[in-house]
Amino acid sequence: MHVERSVLTTIGAMLVLMTALPWFVGQVSEDVFFEWPFFLEVAIGGLLSGVMYSLVALGFVLIFKASGVFNFAQGAMVLFAALSFVGLKDLGVPLWLCFILTAGIMTLVAMTIERLVLRPLVNQEPIILFMVTIGIAYVLDGLGQMIWGSEVRMLDIGLPQDPSFFFDGKILINQFDMFAALIAGALVAALVIFFQYTKTGRALRAVADDHQAAMSVGIPLQHIWVVVWTVAGLVALVAGIMWGGKLGVQFSLALIALKALPVLILGGFTSIPGAIIGGLIVGAGEKVSEVFLGPLVGGGIEDWFAYMLALVFLVFRPQGLFGEKIIERV
Amino acid sequence: MSTQRTFGEILLKVEDVHLSFGGVKALTNVNFDIRKGEIRAIIGPNGAGKSSMLNVINGFYHPQQGAITYKGVTRSQMKPHEAARQGIARTFQNIALFKGMSTLDNIMTGRLLHMKSGLLSQALYWGKYLREEVAHREKVEEIIDFLEIQAIRKTPVGRLPYGLQKRVELGRALAAEPELLLLDEPMAGMNVEEKEDMSRFIIETNDQLGTTIALIEHDMGVVMDLSDRLVVLDYGRQLADGEPDEVRNNQAVIDAYLGVTE
Repeated sequence: MHVERSVLTTIGAMLVLMTALPWFVGQVSEDVFFEWPFFLEVAIGGLLSGVMYSLVALGFVLIFKASGVFNFAQGAMVLFAALSFVGLKDLGVPLWLCFILTAGIMTLVAMTIERLVLRPLVNQEPIILFMVTIGIAYVLDGLGQMIWGSEVRMLDIGLPQDPSFFFDGKILINQFDMFAALIAGALVAALVIFFQYTKTGRALRAVADDHQAAMSVGIPLQHIWVVVWTVAGLVALVAGIMWGGKLGVQFSLALIALKALPVLILGGFTSIPGAIIGGLIVGAGEKVSEVFLGPLVGGGIEDWFAYMLALVFLVFRPQGLFGEKIIERV
Repeated sequence: MSTQRTFGEILLKVEDVHLSFGGVKALTNVNFDIRKGEIRAIIGPNGAGKSSMLNVINGFYHPQQGAITYKGVTRSQMKPHEAARQGIARTFQNIALFKGMSTLDNIMTGRLLHMKSGLLSQALYWGKYLREEVAHREKVEEIIDFLEIQAIRKTPVGRLPYGLQKRVELGRALAAEPELLLLDEPMAGMNVEEKEDMSRFIIETNDQLGTTIALIEHDMGVVMDLSDRLVVLDYGRQLADGEPDEVRNNQAVIDAYLGVTE
């Protein structure tokens, strides 16, 4: 992949700043405790939770790439998938069957959305499609809780919850987060192979680029939309299981989509690697700044850090790190 | 063309086609046919309805009235991906390439309809799918050689100059191995040398692959040289239909192009 030099310098500068600033603060302030192993522990923990943001952001990127629609319902899809999964599991269905059944349900959801919502609105303005996805979000939120109930449910998928120690017990890392990162990594690898090296992936990229040209080489748009919403549904399922395993399955899962927004602005709306790197930066950045800069201002940085960073990006690099630069030829 | 060329049966026939957008009549009572193996030109002043005609043939526009007979099947309208499946490929007036993708990938999309593996078998039989991919890649390399664009194989097409983009677009259409190739102003905005290259590719495609071609072009010199028969449109009406010499001497055509004083 071709990466611009300005992207590398931006990422490099952020890394240096995120390391140097805590160190400096640690030297001059009494309130802040700074030691390298501790710093690494915080940073790695942040990176791992960043992976979880990336998982949600990925779903947005997939649909935005293929249809130019910003899918506000991605968070609702995460909730819906998680609710279905945990609901089936509580009925006594074995885990692997839960996964397959829920994947089937998400495929059905994709087909229904295409048939009832997208097909009648073909060729409409992006803003109209965006409004429609807000509607879809409410329907999915309501439907999921109507079927499976709205109480908080615990989801234990058998991943170890205990922390592990590295380097003679100096660095402590949550095993669950590590597994989540591994699964996310495998998912991303599969998606990249799918997009770059299969004919369906090529068709998806073609549709993303030019609808008319895609139709002229014989790609049926409706079919592609079903495929892409299904893939986004499966990504939502994985995200839902991971987040559900961490926080319990509850309505607030739909709101983690809000954390995906700054990730998208950082990484660029059309880039899969962008979603990953954006998530990592947001995750590590907010944890590091909370722990090392928080004491100076009384804490609470974690809540707004991502949005602040996104704001800075909107001013200086609105297309994000890996997004397509918008050039109008006159 | 000076040499005597003979053509096969009728491949495509449009009868009594009417197309309007609201109150604007884009096409009124258009009738013509395209025979197998010929190069058929559609000409006319700007806004005459030429591109609309191509869009009707490949199903982007649906005429309010009329019939399109393709390979013996009469329809009142086509659908774009069905037209593609039936062997109609096309290029666009304003290049419609997949800008973020390489030349190679762009042309590979033209092979999509020839690739048989479904979504599931791509996942389950990876080795078999790879062999299929390689076979199609060979076909695409032939086209790349034919169009002399080896050097830009891996370049994202968005970075290519205009003339080369037109060539890649032709390559994508050829990759589908079409029976009927629709070219919408293949030489617009080209210099003389590029036009000569493009003319050569069009003639060779027709000659060696036997592809039937319908093209829209403004350069009269090129059109008269290339085409076997012409349809002339003006304000959506059909002014003339015939061989280049007939059309050249048709008074209505001359009037449409040069304007008439009452």
